[in-house]
Amino acid sequence: MLPRKPLLAALALTLFGGTAQAAEEVVVYSSRIDELIKPVFDAYTAKTGVKIKFITDKEAPLMQRIKAEGENGVADLLLTVDAGNLWQAEQMGILQPIKAATIDQNIPPQYRASSHDWTGLSLRARTIAYSTDRVKPTELTTYEALADKHWEGRLCLRTAKKVYNQSLTATLIEKHGEAETEKLIKGWVNNLSTDVFSDDTAVLQAIAAGQCDVGIVNTYYYGRLHKEKPDLPVRLFWPNQGDRGVHVNLSGIGLTKHAPHPEAAKKLVEWMTGEEAQKLFADINQEFPANPKVKPSAEVAAWGSFKADSIPVEVAGKRQAEAIRLMDRAGWN
Amino acid sequence: MPHYPQRRWYLPVFLVAALVLLPLSVLLLSWQSVDTQIWSHLLDTQMSRLLGNTLTLVLGVGIGVSVLGVSLAWLTSLCEFPGRRWLDWALMLPFAIPAYVLAFVFVGLLDFAGPVQTALREVFGPMRLPRVRSTGGVITVLVLVFYPYVYLLARTAFLAQGKGLMEASRVLGLSPLQAFWRVALPMARPAIGAGIALALMETLADFGAVAVFNFDTFTTAIYKTWYGFFSLSSAAQLASLLLLAVMLVLYGERRARGASRSGNERPRAQALYHLRGIKALAASGWCLLVFACAFVIPMLQLLAWFWQRGRHDLDERYLGLVMHTLYLGAMAALITVSVAMLLAFARRQAPTAGIRAGVGLANLGYALPGSVLAVSIMLAFSYLDNQLVVPLSQWLGGVGKPLLLGSLSALLLAYLVRFIAVAYGPLESSLERIRPSLPEASRSLGVAGPGLFFKVYLPLLVPGALSAALLVFVDVLKEMPATLLMRPFGWDTLAVRVFEMTSEGEWARASLPALTLVLVGLLPVIGLIRRSAHRPGHPR
Repeated sequence: MLPRKPLLAALALTLFGGTAQAAEEVVVYSSRIDELIKPVFDAYTAKTGVKIKFITDKEAPLMQRIKAEGENGVADLLLTVDAGNLWQAEQMGILQPIKAATIDQNIPPQYRASSHDWTGLSLRARTIAYSTDRVKPTELTTYEALADKHWEGRLCLRTAKKVYNQSLTATLIEKHGEAETEKLIKGWVNNLSTDVFSDDTAVLQAIAAGQCDVGIVNTYYYGRLHKEKPDLPVRLFWPNQGDRGVHVNLSGIGLTKHAPHPEAAKKLVEWMTGEEAQKLFADINQEFPANPKVKPSAEVAAWGSFKADSIPVEVAGKRQAEAIRLMDRAGWN
Repeated sequence: MPHYPQRRWYLPVFLVAALVLLPLSVLLLSWQSVDTQIWSHLLDTQMSRLLGNTLTLVLGVGIGVSVLGVSLAWLTSLCEFPGRRWLDWALMLPFAIPAYVLAFVFVGLLDFAGPVQTALREVFGPMRLPRVRSTGGVITVLVLVFYPYVYLLARTAFLAQGKGLMEASRVLGLSPLQAFWRVALPMARPAIGAGIALALMETLADFGAVAVFNFDTFTTAIYKTWYGFFSLSSAAQLASLLLLAVMLVLYGERRARGASRSGNERPRAQALYHLRGIKALAASGWCLLVFACAFVIPMLQLLAWFWQRGRHDLDERYLGLVMHTLYLGAMAALITVSVAMLLAFARRQAPTAGIRAGVGLANLGYALPGSVLAVSIMLAFSYLDNQLVVPLSQWLGGVGKPLLLGSLSALLLAYLVRFIAVAYGPLESSLERIRPSLPEASRSLGVAGPGLFFKVYLPLLVPGALSAALLVFVDVLKEMPATLLMRPFGWDTLAVRVFEMTSEGEWARASLPALTLVLVGLLPVIGLIRRSAHRPGHPR
């Protein structure tokens, strides 16, 4: 009779409540996928013995779940990409500030929330990719110039439903105002060589195959494809070097308001902004470490250095809805 | 006033209906406040295009699945032609391929940068080919993945029509084509209608496949409102309108089913029409063409990608993914089929207005886009956790921790809510084929109660129940949003991996989980088809 009891208890635990408590653990809801986070978490567990449990999903459902769980929340940390999403999480009131000198030292202020609700972990530029066969780099100057007649029928874009494009547009609105940005986006749409794509990799492949000559992509997509096909006839260009610089976005992490293990979670975040974790975290996905003391991988460094837009990335969130409406009006699907 | 034997069905049916009503009421409650800015924006710039796209899609897929499903079912179940024996089951296999997988294979293979067009350009120089990411492309992909719904149900119906009936129509001078139009088709209408309804509900709720094509539908607007404007309430409002549209589809199906009756005779031992010459060639060719497009070619492309990229991702964690997938699929199939059977019986034994409404309500979960339903269920469960479970457990002196959300049972309940309709359709139509005289006769012979169920109904329902279980099992394997949002920690499945890879645009690497998913889904498909392929002497 006795030996059956633990078995029943185990069964009950599986069926009801995966919320059994271990002494030291941190629970993460992540919109960054398993293979990009697990090696980092494993390294932390190996070092400290703290267990890290996580689930992956899109950011909106995860944020809704944190909100719904409320005071009985299970998640300690929300790990997601794009400042737009992090800003939304902040607005939903599901995060709480982490005040830590380590983080403030490690991460520059434009890559953190002014409220301390979240901090950036890795950076990616959303920049111009061009065909080395059909475009001379001297033809390229700025994002804005892609709206010129010169590029008619030569531009490829990803869908406007992706937050990366919404954030880029948001920063354009911040810079140029709504009316001028709308004209600019209409110019891009007019220059499209084909319907917008569902992902950045497809944009790069279309440029390589000759369907179009230029496109706008996140750097790590280029990195991945380039690693796979080293002779890819596509290269990255850093636009707007004469003025505000390249649009940079980030992946970041925030402490949830009702985190059950706030102290352990805070330690993990501090560690993640430090040199060892930054190197690991950024290199897995060919991104730039958010900690300026940490050098990017050789592959990433080979793309050349550039001036980044110093606009606080929070703007992406504040103007996201505005950007979507504008893109809809301009016919960017 | 319903008498006692009818009244006892109320409690279980209303319980199931209440479970489905929970997430639906989350949707309805969203109407408490309306964000006029989002709505006027959607109405001004988006809605007409989206509605046009959605109607085109529904119409195209509806016609496509009917033509494919019925013609293939007719050929394989009533005719004899070279290859029929294996095509009969092979044509079911595409069902194991998720719509989003076929979509990314189709686009990856045929788009400008894909291997086909690249090879053509290398041989013939630059050329303009029809656009792949187009309305026609989306419709083709959805028809190829959803026609098995119609095929499976129509095939079962044609097989059940029995020998005598078709021979009688032949003796009465009907040509095969006339017999099809005037006898077989009208009699199979409930089954075909159920199949089309399932396909259309899937189409309306689909997000994965249309997203690959970047084809904007009403469902796209729901996601955009949520993921872009972060207005879950507006998204829920849009979803409740979609639900209304689906209720119309279901009502139409029910009306069309109307007074048609299906037969239940001894199954045929042999095919009715032996096709020869050009007719046989055409029949084989048609079946082969569909099979090649819907299964062989996509599988070859997945295999090619697997060889290039996917195999490098294979590690020891993979077995865990497969086991989780199988376990969830099997558990969900068992639970869902049992509940659906209960509903089907309730509706047969006690067809009162209340029961009918309850059963209708229970079937609505399938109609919603997966993510919206998933988040509604999540919200409902976390409400229960916070309002009931936690206070209750604290009152009992427990730790006061939420029990539902993040547990396996919550995920299984979510599958139940989503997939009742999938199991209910085949069960109801096979129950309809059992004439009331049969249980009456059994009762007069002293077989009643549980005995009646196990000795009379169950053997007759086995084929229908197996179809239902198969449909649910495969649907659960493919299901993403609820699995993603509600899985317990560590319970990653193959669909989760496919999501992770495709969300990064890594289609070639998604081949490993996608291929495994298809193979895992194939096992029960083959098992079922083998079983039902033994036509002669099979007890029905």
